[in-house]
Amino acid sequence: MSELDLRELHNTEFPVPADMQNNVAITSLSRIYNWSRRSSIWPMLFGLACCAIEMIATAASRYDTARFGMEVMRASPRQSDLMIVSGTVTKKMVVPIVRLYNQMPEPKYVLAMGACASGGGPFKEGYNVVSGIDQYVPVDVYVPGCPPTPQALIYGLIALQRKIDGQSLANMDDVPWYGVGPSDPVPIPILGPDIIDPRQMELIRQQAERAAGAAGKGTRDLPAAVMDIGKPRTVPTVESVTAEVKQEAGVPAVEAPKAEPAAEVDPEKAARIAKREAALARKRAAQEKGEN
Amino acid sequence: MVDQAILPAALDSGDVQTAINHLKEMYPGKVQDDTRQGYSGVIIDRSVLVEAATAIRDKLGFNYLSSVTGVDYLGFGDHLEVVYHAYRITGGPALVFKAQTPRDNAEVPSLIEVYPGADLQEREAYDLMGIRFHGHPNLKRILLWEGFNGHPLRKDWKEAYYEQEHKPFDSRWPAGYARRAEELTVFGKNVQYPADLDLSRLSDTTESQLYSGMGLGVDVQDEVTSEGIKTDRLVVNLGPHHPSTHGVFRMVVELNGETVENLEPVMGYLHRNHEQIGERNAWNHNMPFTDRLDYISGMSNNLGYALAVEQLLAHGARYTPPTYRAEVIRVLMVELTRIVNHMWAIGFLLNDLGAFFTPALYAISERERILDFFEATAGSRMMPNYMRFQGVARDIPERIRSTANQLNDRVRDFNTMDYLTELINERIPGAIDELDRYLSDNEIIKARTIGVGYLPKDMAIAYSAAGPVLRASGVPYDVRRAEPYSIYPELDFDVAVRYNGDIYDRYLIRLDEMRESVRILKQVLPRLEATKGESVFAGNKAIYMPRVPLGEAYGRVENPKGELGFYVISQGDPKGPQNPWRYHVRAPSFINLTALGQMSKGHKVADIVAILGSIDIVLGETDR
Repeated sequence: MSELDLRELHNTEFPVPADMQNNVAITSLSRIYNWSRRSSIWPMLFGLACCAIEMIATAASRYDTARFGMEVMRASPRQSDLMIVSGTVTKKMVVPIVRLYNQMPEPKYVLAMGACASGGGPFKEGYNVVSGIDQYVPVDVYVPGCPPTPQALIYGLIALQRKIDGQSLANMDDVPWYGVGPSDPVPIPILGPDIIDPRQMELIRQQAERAAGAAGKGTRDLPAAVMDIGKPRTVPTVESVTAEVKQEAGVPAVEAPKAEPAAEVDPEKAARIAKREAALARKRAAQEKGEN
Repeated sequence: MVDQAILPAALDSGDVQTAINHLKEMYPGKVQDDTRQGYSGVIIDRSVLVEAATAIRDKLGFNYLSSVTGVDYLGFGDHLEVVYHAYRITGGPALVFKAQTPRDNAEVPSLIEVYPGADLQEREAYDLMGIRFHGHPNLKRILLWEGFNGHPLRKDWKEAYYEQEHKPFDSRWPAGYARRAEELTVFGKNVQYPADLDLSRLSDTTESQLYSGMGLGVDVQDEVTSEGIKTDRLVVNLGPHHPSTHGVFRMVVELNGETVENLEPVMGYLHRNHEQIGERNAWNHNMPFTDRLDYISGMSNNLGYALAVEQLLAHGARYTPPTYRAEVIRVLMVELTRIVNHMWAIGFLLNDLGAFFTPALYAISERERILDFFEATAGSRMMPNYMRFQGVARDIPERIRSTANQLNDRVRDFNTMDYLTELINERIPGAIDELDRYLSDNEIIKARTIGVGYLPKDMAIAYSAAGPVLRASGVPYDVRRAEPYSIYPELDFDVAVRYNGDIYDRYLIRLDEMRESVRILKQVLPRLEATKGESVFAGNKAIYMPRVPLGEAYGRVENPKGELGFYVISQGDPKGPQNPWRYHVRAPSFINLTALGQMSKGHKVADIVAILGSIDIVLGETDR
């Protein structure tokens, strides 16, 4: 670890004489508070899958997270500041993960390491895989990769340090943990016939009632999007599907997936698809000509 | 076990066809040849399955049950089939036998009495296929949880993000657009619920069902030990997030005082639906997924899958086997992987013994050099996706430029052959000797490991243990010699074997195996030099959508953790989608855990962590 250099803390208008700069620092409370916090982030010793191996390699001698004050991996959530979600989050595992997250004392941070933790990754379509840990707990930093290299993870950790640097004690939105009373825990998901997010209970109830009226056991009420495969122009957007549900159910907004606000007709995309189809048609025609 | 000496020699050592003929004589009309095109083995009527399996084990000598799995033949006879691969522990090919059952009320007698190694595998088939195994003492879901809706590997079960039966999806090709899978469900999540979901009575029963019958809570009783000390019987839960369970593995342990009386492994916390995704993927799509099975040794997983599919391809007309250089590179990669894995296993075994991380840092330092070579060759440190059917993806590079050490402002640039020569002749043997010197005579290690976690020879075979666990119990069984593949027949090496079957021997055998790997690698280097410039791919061209002929194949390799098998079935329709009908992974980590309860009984809590470490599991493979 590099030697302590007080000069990096100076950020006020009060000048410090040059010969005292190594001994005295005049700074803001937020600055020194953040500086000490970000220099001693203790991650939780907790691995999920392949990414955990790279996480261990990052902590080992070649890459050495000790340089950032992060080598103290704590096996107990009560002693850790950072949860590195290192690997595929399965439905069976998300229950303990949420429980661990709730047990961590604030301020706490979550780093989604790798494609799986960020959004489901290569196993996304699997029936037992959660499409990213951010479906359940808030994530501060996403590190892409499958698995991310140790360099990438270190970059993610530095990004987290930068985020901490930017938090101001004066702004309550930045440091909600100094508010009144404990913050609300994330509701623990339930393992029923499939995983149930208690925050979606109302939506699930509405859907179950709809389905019970229409279909027998085992069949699913698929949104129109599935039925229209191969017809790219008539894809309903998330907004339209959830809006339809909301309309029928009459419930307040349920957290909608964070999709881009896709317009009904995106002229650029339509032009692209038309161009591509024309090119394909030309190619096919050329092939047929060649065969004849 | 039957006394082998009184049997006529021809029966338990003859070839598989003799064995099959004998079996047919014993059960006339009940045992039939599997005559489907591309299939082998026999179909045994399920009414005589247990007796026939006993005869296969005792009279015919196929005493090592490698793999048990189910197949759903929906639309091809509409039945479920359970496939067993049994081997002789002395080597040779498999006797494949199958039992069929209708899809409704699917039930097959359990073979757990004959082959205790079928335990977890039958539970997996029950979980994912819905086949009930009559007579199984603990037939519970294993990878999913009690209460999950349906059996996902049945062909008529569709997942929440279901788009189409086969890849590539029409939306991506040729239509050429993609949408976020979350849009496929109204919940914006990967979930689906049955129509008769009753939310008012919803409660999470998975935990209470797990503990039922284990004496928790009110059932706690005071007990008095033989020394007159009063103890409590209690249940302790280790995992799934525990630093010593090597991932998200969980053990529920019933203790008397501090002594383990009963241990139940609980898994599925990393169940990533490998097999179901594999059946949607095209054949070549699965190669990168196999990297993520045993993610410490991706290269050898690649080889297992490539061998299984090559077996199928060999039935076809246009198949050419991999070139000699490709085979040499494959062996080079696989043996380097074995060293990576064993270094890792030893380092973390020491971690489990309480030597927190310092030995691991020593053990994995050479690993980084090997990974540099993998990265330069395949593009990734851990997930190489390097092997292809009939060859490897590309030749090894001329030079290695390690990007990792640019972190220290030093660009490293090596000639690959010099790099490998130094690695194999000096650095790796040095690292092995260093571990040996520091650890093998260490008093604490000896006190903690000798005589702990004993697995006797016959039990190791019965529980289908594989790899170092099997060989440390005195069984010299190594697939590289028992059913050779690639260029292993021409290489000079010994099968490492140790006889005490405890943790210490499982540690020593890993050192032995690394030394044998170095011996192999030293023979590989001149071959690599001699074949320089030759093609690494049969036919000079990578085939991305191979036409895989009809049939079944079981390809297996000696992975660092044990025997890794891939059971694949092709529909073989040349015009239809090119996907495996069934893609099953026989995972050594998973099956080695069958004996964990047996090994742990009577030991202290601290010892079971070490016993688990000595088995060396990796959860990507255990749960798939």
